[in-house]
Amino acid sequence: MIEKTVAELSAALAAGETTSVALTQAYLDQIAAHNETLNAYITVCADSALAQARAADEARAAGSTAPLLGIPIAHKDLFCTEGVKTTSGSKILHNFISPYDATVVERMQAAGAVMLGKTNMDEFAMGSSNESSYYGAARNPWNLDRVPGGSSGGSAAAVAADLCAMATGTDTGGSIRQPAAFCGITGLKPSYGRVSRWGMIAYASSLDQAGPLCKTAEDAAILLNVMAGVDDKDSTSIDLPTEDFSAALNDSLEGLRIGLPKQHFAEGLNPAIDRAIRSAVAELEKLGAVVKEIDLPNSDLAISAYYVIAPAEASANLSRFDGVRYGYRCENPADLEDMYKRSRSEGFGEEVKRRIMIGTYALSAGFYDAYYRKAQKIRRLVKEDYARAFEEVDVIIGPTTPSPAFELDSMKDSVTMYLEDIYTIALNLAGLPGMSVPAGFVDGLPIGMQIVAKDYAEAKLLNVAHQFQQVTDWHKQKPALSTAAKTKEA
Amino acid sequence: MQYETVIGLEVHVQLSTESKLFSGSATKFGAEPNTQANIFDLAMPGTLPVLNEKAVAMAVKFGVAIGAEIGKHSVFDRKNYFYPDLPKGYQVSQLDYPTVGKGTLTVTLDDGSEKVVGVTRAHMEEDAGKSLHEDYQGMTGIDLNRAGTPLLEIVSEPDLRSAKEAVAYLKKLHSIIRYLDISDAIMAQGSMRCDANVSIRPVGQEEFGTRTEIKNINSFKFVERAINYEVQRQKDVLEDGGRIVQETRLYDADKDETRSMRSKEVANDYRYFPEPDLLPIVIDDAYIEAIRATLPELPDTRGARFVSEYGLSEYDAGVLVATREMADYFETTAKLSGDAKLAANWVSQDLQALLNKHGWELDESPIQAERLAMLIQRIKDNTISGKIAKTVFDAMLDDSSDVDAIIEAKGLKQVTDSGALESLVDKVIAENPDQAQQYRDGKVQVIGFLVGQCMQLSKGKANPAQVNEILRGKLS
Repeated sequence: MIEKTVAELSAALAAGETTSVALTQAYLDQIAAHNETLNAYITVCADSALAQARAADEARAAGSTAPLLGIPIAHKDLFCTEGVKTTSGSKILHNFISPYDATVVERMQAAGAVMLGKTNMDEFAMGSSNESSYYGAARNPWNLDRVPGGSSGGSAAAVAADLCAMATGTDTGGSIRQPAAFCGITGLKPSYGRVSRWGMIAYASSLDQAGPLCKTAEDAAILLNVMAGVDDKDSTSIDLPTEDFSAALNDSLEGLRIGLPKQHFAEGLNPAIDRAIRSAVAELEKLGAVVKEIDLPNSDLAISAYYVIAPAEASANLSRFDGVRYGYRCENPADLEDMYKRSRSEGFGEEVKRRIMIGTYALSAGFYDAYYRKAQKIRRLVKEDYARAFEEVDVIIGPTTPSPAFELDSMKDSVTMYLEDIYTIALNLAGLPGMSVPAGFVDGLPIGMQIVAKDYAEAKLLNVAHQFQQVTDWHKQKPALSTAAKTKEA
Repeated sequence: MQYETVIGLEVHVQLSTESKLFSGSATKFGAEPNTQANIFDLAMPGTLPVLNEKAVAMAVKFGVAIGAEIGKHSVFDRKNYFYPDLPKGYQVSQLDYPTVGKGTLTVTLDDGSEKVVGVTRAHMEEDAGKSLHEDYQGMTGIDLNRAGTPLLEIVSEPDLRSAKEAVAYLKKLHSIIRYLDISDAIMAQGSMRCDANVSIRPVGQEEFGTRTEIKNINSFKFVERAINYEVQRQKDVLEDGGRIVQETRLYDADKDETRSMRSKEVANDYRYFPEPDLLPIVIDDAYIEAIRATLPELPDTRGARFVSEYGLSEYDAGVLVATREMADYFETTAKLSGDAKLAANWVSQDLQALLNKHGWELDESPIQAERLAMLIQRIKDNTISGKIAKTVFDAMLDDSSDVDAIIEAKGLKQVTDSGALESLVDKVIAENPDQAQQYRDGKVQVIGFLVGQCMQLSKGKANPAQVNEILRGKLS
């Protein structure tokens, strides 16, 4: 039962084939069996999950038809959850019990979902491998020596290994799409503003966006229906008419115009991934899509611009972690300055400190124009690239990542790691929606196909992804978990 | 060497919204520590700001009142620095695109001349919390009640040339803000705070001298003193061959001096950048016009009307319109009493003296406009003389009963009965035969003495005009 999709579980629960309590217990058993190996969860809430499951079963008996009633979910550990430890993957929040729920958490709860726990992540969502987590790296269920990707690595690993039915993640430069690709699942980064950021611990406010990690495009649509919507607590959330993202899933792709950016099929791309993506695109052509090459001339600038803007915003966003009101405080501070310096030096990890330094430098007097202002100009250029491309095509398709999941500890310098996000990062600068769907295997590791649509055209993305999943079964492949777990024991 | 003083003021005004600039917490003054701080004010992770539209309306109202350009597209920025009473580690303010741009304020100086002072800008920002050092041995308490209270920072051009001009500007600003009802603007409570940028330069020199910024000045009186002290200090430094260091100085009211605040001469780098959690504020002409329509009659206009409508002198009108409350008080008194000139005199002199003596605000006065108007009516209808009225006025302080009852109870009613007055006059003439004779001999000015005696004998209750008339009749 635990390998089923959200849509299938909903049907099974509605038909009385199982109960939320049984289902929740099954996921808790799976977590008990594999989380030690995968390290996908930072916190597991077994008791409260079972209590919520019982309540869900009672609600169903009383006639409730909430869309996610009784289905177990895992939240990335940067979504604030009332009464539950919320760490953002950092030592500095190792003891932080949130006094409130994030809007995403609240909406999932209102939709009847049962919260299993909080998933592992790169510290403050800064990373592409999950290795910067203070709570240890999560592992890729397809190969325990490989990273699950990041920053939403715990969520991706948990979904891939059936440690939950569905999970939330956030994507600032690829943090939903890249781990989805590495773990062979479906991940959706909605348009900026589509999902409320209230209660999501900020990394880079103008780029952060929450979205679902799940098994199919159909599930992603169901989850987006719950997550999306304007929130008066988030001034940057967009007030658009309520939309049923499942409605267009079965639309025909006849005449769909697909653009393949030549910059995304260039040097640096693993040739096997190149071939896999091209054959995936060929499947879409069989469904009636037409394909053309497009140009995104400023692609090569996106990473540099991102690594100015994101750290700049982060340098301010992370100032509140000062040891004064909550979180980690150093032992025996001599005075205020000592408390600030040591609490932050001891509480933050290396990558976080690096980005705070970069951001602080970029915003400093005398450097602002050269870095921050210039990066904002590039951001506009990147946005214009996509706007031009979307005059000719309906969706843009390419690989999610240049290579499959890499080995733990293999990235020796941070810039090499930053380049892993080369295809995903521009979307965040442009605010566009993007998805990663499983599109094949390279060296026994899943790889992802990225689909991009124009602003607020998530329904189009989901339609294309769903149709692709009707004619392929990459998304149905499962990692051989028990063997992996045994290998470790041996 | 003759020096010219150059002053610019930065005035922070707490906008009197019910809730904070970016959160729903209340903003009342004097609440128990941290009872008005919610999760956003505490900078809990994941919380976001939501702009209080009422604060924007108040800022625009101020801008319209001083004829300023209103920013059609104003942007909030983060100003980064670490301090325990700044929970987010940055203050949300406005740097390049303030809501209120250039405007002017016309100030009346002591010699009656008018001076137009430039206002560079007025931007919105959030207040910080308070660090409490007194009650915690070796530790600091943090009260975040004030954190996030909306402030309007009003920055003047360096147009002011003396401490007196600075105070006149500040008082005018205070008056307008009170008229607009956008802030309590009570300096002693910190809802209006003033920092002064002060420099001096040799007379005739065009470029400005090095300035110092004086902080922590919390009354109009101290503004004048602090600036005067600082100007003298700068003169002394220059005359001794020294140079002025650009720095922040703290005014110590007890010692009446300014002191250097920072030992290190490091310029703070606040690393401003646009606040990504908030959208720009977009304001259109319709909004500005709608705000303009809500503007009350402002002091200058009201003063001019007092001159034309009530026939007051410009000076009296200026005194009466200085605060909205005083002007309202005067107008009520004038209307109810039917004598604007008497009302103006009583309000600007007797009432003002009373308030000064007790340190009262107008609304604390035991004599409100309705009672004062009644008193003036009794002068006008000759029930009491102007002099007796002062006795009644004093009695009204402790006695809240109505004016007529007080006059009756104290037997202060003016004597107008001619029979009674004639016997009074006869008595005075009999007791002062020399003076009576002098009058008869042509020394008419002695009549004043005789009237005075009559008044004294009647304990002030005799109608002086009638007494005068009867005296003249009897002595001629």
